[in-house]
Amino acid sequence: MSTATLATALPADVVTIRTDPSTEPFWQAARERRLVAPRCGNCGAFRLPPTPFCPHCQSTAVDWTELSGRATVYTYTVVNGYPGLPDITLVPVVVDLPDAPGARLVSNVVGADPAEVRIGTELTVDFHPVSDGWLLPVFRVADREQA
Amino acid sequence: MARDAGARDVAIAGIGATPYYRRGETAGQSITRLAGEAILAACADAGLSVTEVDGLAFYSLARAGYGEQMEAGELVETLGIRELKFSAALTGGGGGSAGAIGLARAAIVAGDASVVVTVMALQQRTRLGTVVASKAATPASSFVQPFGLAGPGHLMSLLARRHMHVYGTTRDAFAEIAISTRQNALSRPKAAYREPLTREQYFSARMIADPLCLYDFCLESEGAVAIVTASVERARDLRQPPVPVVAAAHGGTREWGRAFSWFGMPDDETFASSGSKPIAGRLYQRAGVTPQDIDVALIYDHFTPMVLMQLEDYGFCEKGEGGPFVLSGAIRYTPERRPGAIPVNTHGGQLSEAYIIGATHIVEGVEQLRGTAVNQVAGAELALVTGGPSAIPNSGLILGRDR
Repeated sequence: MSTATLATALPADVVTIRTDPSTEPFWQAARERRLVAPRCGNCGAFRLPPTPFCPHCQSTAVDWTELSGRATVYTYTVVNGYPGLPDITLVPVVVDLPDAPGARLVSNVVGADPAEVRIGTELTVDFHPVSDGWLLPVFRVADREQA
Repeated sequence: MARDAGARDVAIAGIGATPYYRRGETAGQSITRLAGEAILAACADAGLSVTEVDGLAFYSLARAGYGEQMEAGELVETLGIRELKFSAALTGGGGGSAGAIGLARAAIVAGDASVVVTVMALQQRTRLGTVVASKAATPASSFVQPFGLAGPGHLMSLLARRHMHVYGTTRDAFAEIAISTRQNALSRPKAAYREPLTREQYFSARMIADPLCLYDFCLESEGAVAIVTASVERARDLRQPPVPVVAAAHGGTREWGRAFSWFGMPDDETFASSGSKPIAGRLYQRAGVTPQDIDVALIYDHFTPMVLMQLEDYGFCEKGEGGPFVLSGAIRYTPERRPGAIPVNTHGGQLSEAYIIGATHIVEGVEQLRGTAVNQVAGAELALVTGGPSAIPNSGLILGRDR
């Protein structure tokens, strides 16, 4: 077992989220520990972050689709320190979502040795508390048996 | 023929700046004081009275950095400008620095104004290095801000990583950009850093957002820079040799869009890029020149990998070849042009001279074409100036030498 510092997420009191009518269903679902993505009700294309129009067909119709929570690291960084938190280690990632092709999420890998994270690493969603009772979708390295 | 190609109807007639300061050193001054000092210096350089200024062409929505505002009314009133006939700003952020000169040209060509000032003033009351962390959350930022990407460099480290993965780019390439840029600053009186940067220093530096270390990040400077534009005919009657605008372009495609505010750029060629390729194509087409005609490139260097990706997008090498290109020594300054090489950021850039949101690159372009640059490229006829890769609009500018 490595003694490396495990990557974490920012403490709940540091993170505030704001919503609007386009994004609120995403956050309400996260609050119920569900990962969802908006899928165009007209042409079926996924998009993230949630926005008022489908960029492919300009439709405002949206089907909120529940995802499996599986993700793949598209790119990542390892961040040492954050304002007011000099010792924190974070692994911000951009992930592809296999069941929402064309949509990506920015998130954190948590609970992993940063050296373990690579482009292509398989992840599964988890949820991390932030201010005002909201939950933030974050990701853990997938169990190798499942992956 | 490159010597006569392009628009050349408007020219840069004057440049001016305050001293360049380190973070916190201008705390006792106001934005208007800094901007005004730069404007007066640029007018003096042009041989104009500030009272003759009748247009303002800002970028970054006239924000001073990313926080405070530069107010047209305050500048006009306190500097004693008689009558303002044009005041506009490119949207976006530092991506518009080069493009603001195109905005000034638009005002002059349209006949709206005759003497236009572009100015950027910057103080670090909100520290730019961690500006993402310090902003109040919005519905859009809630998809990026919560994850520890505290500043622009953290955001762009994600593009750098993908570029390394797809094209095999190494940190040696980023080091070469930092080291070669520092080399250009050694002879610059106003540069923040005038000691050589060694590979050992680079590779032992603190990692901020892996793969980016301290020296991949630009400076956090304070100060102001102003640029005066006028019709080329008017500029010929002024104090300095006119530096004509050969072409200017700004914008970007949907695939780039909000860039680091969404990270949805669909393919690797766009994601691991500066988003500037469409602008570069339009710029060269309008200028009637090719990348091989450019004598000196002033590439917005907020972070070293973005220099590399702009070199690709502006056609100095093939896509994905930025690493080998810079490691070949191709961006090093030499007084004489070398085939296949392009001197980059001869002024020491934002990595080593000063970070005034792209405005120092315009100043260096002007000095190169006047023939007065500290690190002069002999006989330079065309200079490329780029705005900072970020959310749309990004921009580019080609400056020339008057007949």
